[in-house]
Amino acid sequence: MSKYSMHLLVCGGTGCKASESDILTEKLKKELAKQGLEETVQVIMTGCFGFCEKGPIVKVMPDNTFYTQVKPSDAEEIVEEHVIKGRRINRLLYKDPKSKEEVEDTGKMGFYKKQLRIALRNCGFIDPESIDEYIARDGYMALGKVLTEMTPEATIALMKDSGLRGRGGAGFPAGLKWELARNNASEKKYVVCNADEGDPGAFMDRSILEGDPHSVLESMAIIGHCIGADEGYIYIRAEYPLAIARLKTALQQARDYGLLGDNILGTGFNFDIGLKYGAGAFVCGEETALIHSMEGDRGEPTLKPPFPAEKGYLGKPTNVNNVETLANVPPILLKGAEWFSSIGTEKSKGTKVFALAGQINNVGLIEVPMGTTLREVIFEIGGGIKDGKKFKAVQTGGPSGGCLTEKHLDTPIDYENLVANGSMMGSGGMIVMDEDDCMVSIAKYYLDFTVEESCGKCAPCRIGNKRLHELLERICEGKGEEADLDRLRNLGEVIKDTSLCGLGQSSPNPVLSTLDNFMDEYQSHVVDKKCTAGVCKDLLEYFILEDNCVGCTACARACPVGAITGERKELHVVNPVTCIKCGACMEKCKFDAVILR
Amino acid sequence: MEKIRSLADLKKIRDENNKGVELRKKGEDADKLVQVKVAMATCGIASGAKETMEFLADSLEKRGVEAVVTQTGCMGYCYAEPTIEVTLPGRDPIVFGNVNVKKADEIIEKYIKGGELVDGIIPVNYETIDSKE
Repeated sequence: MSKYSMHLLVCGGTGCKASESDILTEKLKKELAKQGLEETVQVIMTGCFGFCEKGPIVKVMPDNTFYTQVKPSDAEEIVEEHVIKGRRINRLLYKDPKSKEEVEDTGKMGFYKKQLRIALRNCGFIDPESIDEYIARDGYMALGKVLTEMTPEATIALMKDSGLRGRGGAGFPAGLKWELARNNASEKKYVVCNADEGDPGAFMDRSILEGDPHSVLESMAIIGHCIGADEGYIYIRAEYPLAIARLKTALQQARDYGLLGDNILGTGFNFDIGLKYGAGAFVCGEETALIHSMEGDRGEPTLKPPFPAEKGYLGKPTNVNNVETLANVPPILLKGAEWFSSIGTEKSKGTKVFALAGQINNVGLIEVPMGTTLREVIFEIGGGIKDGKKFKAVQTGGPSGGCLTEKHLDTPIDYENLVANGSMMGSGGMIVMDEDDCMVSIAKYYLDFTVEESCGKCAPCRIGNKRLHELLERICEGKGEEADLDRLRNLGEVIKDTSLCGLGQSSPNPVLSTLDNFMDEYQSHVVDKKCTAGVCKDLLEYFILEDNCVGCTACARACPVGAITGERKELHVVNPVTCIKCGACMEKCKFDAVILR
Repeated sequence: MEKIRSLADLKKIRDENNKGVELRKKGEDADKLVQVKVAMATCGIASGAKETMEFLADSLEKRGVEAVVTQTGCMGYCYAEPTIEVTLPGRDPIVFGNVNVKKADEIIEKYIKGGELVDGIIPVNYETIDSKE
């Protein structure tokens, strides 16, 4: 047996690696060797723990200690104090933001308490570069079961019963998708994994690929068996180098073990997987655009039908599933449809992974059962709003989702509820905004993104979004009129109704949902020409407070256009007409007398 | 690397590798398992704590007891090294002194398996921060 009596799990996700977790791993190994403990204590680089806010993370097992923000220079202390003397290092423990107390283990952390990890079951638990550790966690058992004990029909029926829906955004039932691809007869079929994760600030799929690549490979082989395909591709963006490297390692290991290739597990089933790199275009997450890009054409969507299940890659029936959907498949097949469908809400089964970002204390990756409320996610798991500020809105579904407000906080999260409230599930981005965020600027920001990423094929999306963006720009500059608000809404609805693909059909969502929920902010921009959050520069004026100004003349000397007047030791005044709002006066003032209002 | 040619082979590889990740799995629900801490400071190691620990880890597994065996620092009972602390689920921890391989065997058979106390218990004569709560 292995003589290891202690494991040090170091996060090897992209985020933690950027904060030197790989140097830390080397240092830990070196320190252990120095103490003659390399045979007793194993250092393992795992996938993402999800707690990116406080990375790099080191988890000590089996005593379940969770260290945050560990630097390479802490390695010596961890080995000497924790490993040898058995004493926890308090300064590295996670501190609860509310009680300010140190939390010893993950079971007591609000961040982990409400989570249920199915898709992320192996992330932060196994070494993603070891196929043996994956197998030890029942890896490839589902494939074995499907190949030896189940027919493709029975497998598909089980998936349909489980209620698993596509995690890429649209929520199409996975089992049904497989069935459609199976029923289209063809000698050649393909299985494609959509790893083109495009939402800004979203990293669910990347973390799964980095932390548990074999689960994706196993599921693709299972689908291959179900639909009758012997070839699969993972379409992944080239800007995910670590995920690509881990996938390559995993592919090689699976081939070496004969779990990919010819005659898998002696059953006569052949299947292999290749990688295709994308250039990072948002629209290529749409399945028809993705397939065109795979074929070497421009990444532009085409009208459906025909669906890829009928005519996909190289004109052959193709099944496309997203990474997170695939990661859910093996546990469902092993534990059964009933187990999975007991989790979640009536129409949305299982769990969903979200990337929490924005003005929130615990930025990171979480997985919760469907039906968890936004309040639980933001205030319990997310630890609430940064710096004790007030919650204003949460954007779900990435750039094409909508903004939900205070009144939606107790809505259980599932596909239907989010759509009913003017947003969507999307791939699972969740961006939290506080009182200092201007909702008009936020809508404009998301539109910046969609205008940039529109492929330009259809007019509503190409021209319509551009016009929407111009209208918002005018409003933010203080040149908007009341009629613009109607124009925004009308144009938004037209784009939604007439665009060719999901990108255009959802791109006006941020505008429409902020119009619904934050009309007062639009009104004050248009009518009063004021930005209450203090974000839109053109709507703000620099002003000098009488009480604070000592008449030092620093601001007047700093002003490049001579807009500030005033005598020495007397109150200075900004002339709003000549002021160009460069902010130089505010920077120079030592008495906090210059404000924006 | 040897190819896996059947489901039975795959299961064999799973079982061979299970031990590696088992430690982490156990850590997640440690309070439901038997926890054994072996004092592994210099004095403990010099008195044979390493052998005791290896024996405990090996035998508990062989005898089918689900347990977490970890090392800890000096417990302060230098006169009675090697010392170990055993916590059965739902019970207070008990410290045993002079635990050589033979004693360890007795502790497993009598205390861990049967809940029967054996000689060599060191009464806890101090309070910890935890017990003060």
